[in-house]
Formats: sequence, structure tokens, C-alpha cells
Amino acid sequence: MTLSSNPRDLSDLQGDANSQFKPNLRSRYRLDRAFELLTWLATLISLIVLVTLLFDVIGDGAGSLNWDFLTSPPSRRAARAGLWPALVGTVWLLGITAVVAFPIGVGSGIFLEEFAPDNWFTRLIEINVGNLAAVPSIVYGLLGLTVFVDILRPITGGTSVLAGGLTLALLILPIIIVSTREALRAVPSSLRQGGFALGATRWQVIRDLVFAQSLPGILTGTILALSRAIGETAPILVVGAAGYIAFTPPLSLEGLQSDFTALPIQIYVWISRAKKDFEPIAAGGIVVLLVVLLLMNTSAILLRNKFQNKKL
Amino acid sequence: MPLTDGPALKMEGVSVYYGAIPAVREVFLDIPAHKITAFIGPSGCGKSTVLRCFNRTNDLIPSAKVQGNVFFRGVNLYSKKVDPVEVRRRIGMVFQKPNPFPKSIYENIAFGARINGYQGNMDELVETSLRRAAIWDEVKDKLKNSGLSLSGGQQQRLCIARAIAIQPEVILMDEPCSALDPISTLRIEELMQELKEQYTIVIVTHNMQQASRVSDKTAFFNAEATDQGGKLGYLVEFNDTVTIFTNPKQDYTRDYVSGRFG
Repeated sequence: MTLSSNPRDLSDLQGDANSQFKPNLRSRYRLDRAFELLTWLATLISLIVLVTLLFDVIGDGAGSLNWDFLTSPPSRRAARAGLWPALVGTVWLLGITAVVAFPIGVGSGIFLEEFAPDNWFTRLIEINVGNLAAVPSIVYGLLGLTVFVDILRPITGGTSVLAGGLTLALLILPIIIVSTREALRAVPSSLRQGGFALGATRWQVIRDLVFAQSLPGILTGTILALSRAIGETAPILVVGAAGYIAFTPPLSLEGLQSDFTALPIQIYVWISRAKKDFEPIAAGGIVVLLVVLLLMNTSAILLRNKFQNKKL
Repeated sequence: MPLTDGPALKMEGVSVYYGAIPAVREVFLDIPAHKITAFIGPSGCGKSTVLRCFNRTNDLIPSAKVQGNVFFRGVNLYSKKVDPVEVRRRIGMVFQKPNPFPKSIYENIAFGARINGYQGNMDELVETSLRRAAIWDEVKDKLKNSGLSLSGGQQQRLCIARAIAIQPEVILMDEPCSALDPISTLRIEELMQELKEQYTIVIVTHNMQQASRVSDKTAFFNAEATDQGGKLGYLVEFNDTVTIFTNPKQDYTRDYVSGRFG
């Protein structure tokens, strides 16, 4: 093979002229750039929306944020209104929702993924769980109204924080089941086989190997589901969250049966007031809700990292 | 307990099905105790499937069905009275890809012992197992580190140590070196020679040099095309390794070991 006298480029090499390949590099790179630009634009748009929202809300609400706002009950006078009962109500709701939804959701996820035989019945359950995750939240509200407020009134005390929490638990149950199953499915089968080959029973394999490995994923899914529950308005409105609560549910078993309100409800009530001066405090409420959400997601990440590090 | 007389493992007319599709037909085999027996053959000939019959890990595949009898020191492993979990305690396994648990090196060894109700001194067991697997010196100062932090070859020796820790009598190895470099492979092969004094070893390998280097007996499997377009594995020839590689009785075996196909 001979080279042309002074090649400076790969295409200067001899024999290239009658090649059957037309590299057309310039236009291939142009397409590459164009696609990068499009994806960048898509990112930018969602970023702009988010930042605008944040600025708008913080701009409106920053003025009303202070300690009194956090610790006072609502009032008919905007200047004196606070969201303490709503904040406590939200924490109550989340606590109940988590305590109920986590064991049931994770349990069903483990059963469906690890124990259930693969037949038409379990496939039917699978399809239904998937569909339930997409059912509008108001439908869960109506279900909660019938089951928890009416039928189970002796236990829940009617329109109570318990009825609200149980309704939200129903709402996020499918999400927890689906994310649990995904986390379990991500565990490599070589790990299970390794356990079985050492004479472990199914329960030992699940408890010591599979569950330990999938816990970060399960926790992340659960906390994201709880983040969804915290922002839900419609279902708890239906089961009777009140717009004006001047007290907080006491921290006791009786407290479970007390009336309640929650942050999204409080914000909704303030916004729907005719008086203009409630707008800033509604914005303040949104900021508080966002901060609570942010705290939850941060704790999700911290929890996940903690468990991931423990493994190694 | 030394097993001097009689085969450690015996197969009598073993066939394996996945659903309705036969994968391996009618294998008869006697695996001698305290020897290394190699399974060789082209891909899809059912060597691994046959290997998994010995510790009943085929049971874990819902569609798999095993016919025929497999005896371990005279006990039929597929009889109703035999519990597969107990089988796997006595017949350990090492896999193709090293699969240490995402736990500390110590816990990787202690896990199997603990779940099987080991009553003795755990620290001692961990040390002996790691020593026997020829990895103690490399890990003794970092027993708390993750098993996953080790190199591939070390991970595989950790997996061997893990299998030894529950004091099995047989160790099944499913292509244990295929993911390892030649130096790690050599270390595992040396280790196998030491281990065969205490354990009966059955190894599946794609590497014929490996089979001829390490094993005392060799079983050559082949696959034939079925009417449904699938592959059906069967045992072609089983004999001393020297005979299989120098003077096989079947032409298929001769072609395969001399590299003419496969």
C-alpha cells in the first residue's frame, strides 16, 4: 500500500476516491447537534416553568411567612391567619397513611413478586393494581366517604383525620405495590440462586438477601408516594376535611377521631376567598407545603444513601 | 466422613423437561467420590442442566421437570422424603459469574452457616473456610469490607469459601472460571486439586484444556436437533479423562476434543 505524497487527513489517503462509502460526516454531525439542541430546549422549558412558579409564589408569599403564621390558627382576618392546624393535620395524615400503606403495600408487592404463582388470577391482580394507580383521586375520596366515614363510623368517628389518612393510604397503595415490585425485580437472580444454593429457604433468601438489596428502592418509592399523598386535596375534601379548624388533633387515640384540615385544603380555602388580602397568605401556605415536600424528598434520598452505604 | 466405596453421585435415566420440551434425555452417570469430574460439550447440550439436578436447583425453575433417579450416597434425592433445602446444604454450588452477596466478606461466609443453624465458633469457621479457599491472606485485614470490593478472581474464591463454609460433601461448579483471567483461573484450578481431598467436585467447563488439566473423569455431552427445532442434550461418553482425550470410543467425542467442531 502506497500513500499519497503528503497526506494531512484520513480522506487524503490513496484509494479513497473510488470508495463505496460516503461518510458525509458534516451532515451527520449537524443532526447530532440539532438533536442535542432539542433535548436542551425541552429541559429549558420545564426549568422555566418551575422557576417562574417558585418566584411567583415566593414573591407573593414571602411577606406573610413568619413564626406567627406557622403557629397560629386560621382567622377571618388575613393579618392574623396562620396554618398551624393545617400543618399538624398534614403531619397526622402522613403518619397514618405511612403506617397503614407501607406494610400493606410492601407486603402485597413481595407476595406478588416472590410467592404468587404465575396464573390468570395473579395476572388479573397485577393488571388491576396497575390500573388502580391511574384511578383519579376523587374516586378514592368517594370510596373513603362510603367505607371509612359511613360504614366504619364507629371506628373512625366519621369525618376524622383517621378516615382521611386511610383514604390517602388507599390512594397510594398501588404506587407502593408497583414500586416495591420494581425494586424486587431489579435484584439480580444470581443473588437469589446464590442464597438457595447455600440451603436457604425462600423466606431466608427474601429476608436476608432480596429485601436488604431492594430496601433503598422500596423506601424511595414509598416516600415519593407519600409526597403525592401530601399534595392531594380532592379525596380528603370529600371525606370531610374542614376549611376552618381552630384546634389541632390531640396526640392521642381520641385524636385519631377528631376533625382535621390539611395544608392543601387550607390553601384552597384561602384562595377561594373573595377578599384580595388572603392571596399572600395562600402563597405563604404554598411555600410551606413546598418546603415540607422538599424535606420529605431530601429524607428519601438520605435514607436511600444510608442503606446503600450500609450494604457495602 | 470419607467415601471410599461406591459413587458419590449416581444418575439413572435422568431426563429434564422445560414445560413439555425435553432438554436432556436419559443420562446414566456414576460420579466417583473425592475425584474431579468434568462435564464438557458444546453450548446448549444440557451440561449445566444436568449439573443442577444434583442439588435440585432445577426445582427453582417453575417449568422444569426432572425424571429418573439421582442418588447421593445411595439416597434418592428426588424421593418425596428428601427436602431440597437439605440437599443444597450437603451439595454446594459455585456459579459461572461470581455472585458474592452485597455484604461484608465475613458475612458472606457466615451467612450460609447461620441460616443452617451452625452452633460452632463463627470466627473460626470464617477463617478456616477462607484459608481453604486460598484467599485468607488477601482478605484477613478487611473482613468488614464488602465482598463486592474484591477482584473477579477473589470474588470467585470467596464464593468457593462460602460454599465450603456449610461443610458440604460435594461442590458443583458451573463454569467457575469463564469470567476470570488466566491467572485467576490457574489459582482456582490449583485450589480444586487441594479441595478434592475433602470434597467430590463436579465442574462444567467450556474449556477443554481445563477439563484435561484438572479432572479425573470426563463426561462429554452433545446435542441433537429435535423435530420441533429445539436441541436435546444427551451424554455421549463418560470415562477417565485420559481416555476421553486420547482414545475416545465415539467419533463425536474425538472430533470435539480434537477441536474439529464446537
